[in-house]
Amino acid sequence: MKLPRWFHLFGSPPFVYRLAGALIPWLGGIACTLLIVGAYWSLVVVPPDAVQGEVYRILYIHPQTAYVSMMAYVVMAVTAGIGYIWRIKLAHAVAVSAAPIGASFTACALVSGSLWGRPTWGTYWEWGDPRIMFETLLLFLFLSYLALRAAFEDRDKADRVSAILAVVGVVNVPIIHYSVLWWNTLHQGPTISKLDSPSMATEFLIPFLIMMAGFTFCFYWLLLSRLRAEIVERERDTRWLQDALQGGRA
Amino acid sequence: MKRAFFAILQRDLQIAFRRVSEIANPLLFFIIVASLFPLAVSPDSEHLRGIGGGVLWVVALLSSLLALEGLFRADAEDGSLEQLMLSPVPLGVAVLAKVTAHWLVTIVPLVLLTPVLALSFALPVGVLPVMAFALLLATPTLSVLVALGAALTLGLRRGGAIVGLLVLPLTAPLLIFGTRAIDLGVYGESVAAPLYLLAALAALAVSLGPVAIAAALRVGVE
Repeated sequence: MKLPRWFHLFGSPPFVYRLAGALIPWLGGIACTLLIVGAYWSLVVVPPDAVQGEVYRILYIHPQTAYVSMMAYVVMAVTAGIGYIWRIKLAHAVAVSAAPIGASFTACALVSGSLWGRPTWGTYWEWGDPRIMFETLLLFLFLSYLALRAAFEDRDKADRVSAILAVVGVVNVPIIHYSVLWWNTLHQGPTISKLDSPSMATEFLIPFLIMMAGFTFCFYWLLLSRLRAEIVERERDTRWLQDALQGGRA
Repeated sequence: MKRAFFAILQRDLQIAFRRVSEIANPLLFFIIVASLFPLAVSPDSEHLRGIGGGVLWVVALLSSLLALEGLFRADAEDGSLEQLMLSPVPLGVAVLAKVTAHWLVTIVPLVLLTPVLALSFALPVGVLPVMAFALLLATPTLSVLVALGAALTLGLRRGGAIVGLLVLPLTAPLLIFGTRAIDLGVYGESVAAPLYLLAALAALAVSLGPVAIAAALRVGVE
């Protein structure tokens, strides 16, 4: 496959450092705007749910964080795979930056789900629910990736070894997903499923999607911020970075 | 390639049988941990029947982790792993031979032992073949995962503790389908579905796993 000529720029730390620097304010601005608008809309504008009352408003946080947690794993695994195959250090840097954010979003999804479960299902934690199990295992996958990285002193080795783990993990993610799904449906009928109501009414759907977009932008905003920090750490001995930092702007 | 496979297999088996204590340790661990459960939970046979299948599966997972230290480390230290990499045989084939040897030596005795322990957990006799068969189908996947963990941590001076973190989350599907087969067996229903799924996972692991393990080993010995 022939790549366009500008494509190699994405392997160059100075270019990506500057690009990320230019994009961060935009991403941050869009993310904050969407999240503020979405939060106002979902907390104030939309009426309370007929069955669940006010507590259903976690609907505007919980699925979004769960969605971003899975996206983060895919971003991490794909960039780690690219880094391993083509030996692009910057791709590894992206994977490393994505992992803690993904782990945090996974934890947010678990905590928000558990807080939602208490008033609606009557329990904070239900081992039998496939989605809870899936998110828990996803959290373990993120943490094991980070633990493996932390165990290596040599960064280059840590990059490549953890990339293999991330790729193996992403092959396993659908398997784990379906196994926990079938596990539950085989065990018992779905006693609890969250969105079993027919598709959402439009007035609920709009803030739902705004929050979805807000969290997605938020993820990429955090990702690029972490990526810049990661580049600074990896390239701290290079000339261009010293110049960029002394110049006061990137 | 076939000759190389069997040569490596034979060599690893020979080495393993010269150090019998290393084969025996995971087995002992398996028996000891399994017998702690009746002490800790309840000696009541109704209780034990309920948890027995799951307990034996989890303990089998843990004891297979014990045996992995010797899988690649000794070979990496005395240089024979590098020789394998330099040889014209694809590293994946060599890895598959080593994993097969490991499976034969450490896992198969464990599978053979399980029905005895299952009886002591008051599981019905009719379930024992199902359980043994499920373990037999699941353990190749398990061996590949454990070998992957061993290969990923090869570059570390002490990999023992972290391997559990890497491998155990990935074994969740095995556990689910394996205990599911036992549950269905206890209730006298058809156990085919979970066994097919275990077989599918084994096919996936045995075909793709050695490639990943070989990649990890190449990074590890650098």
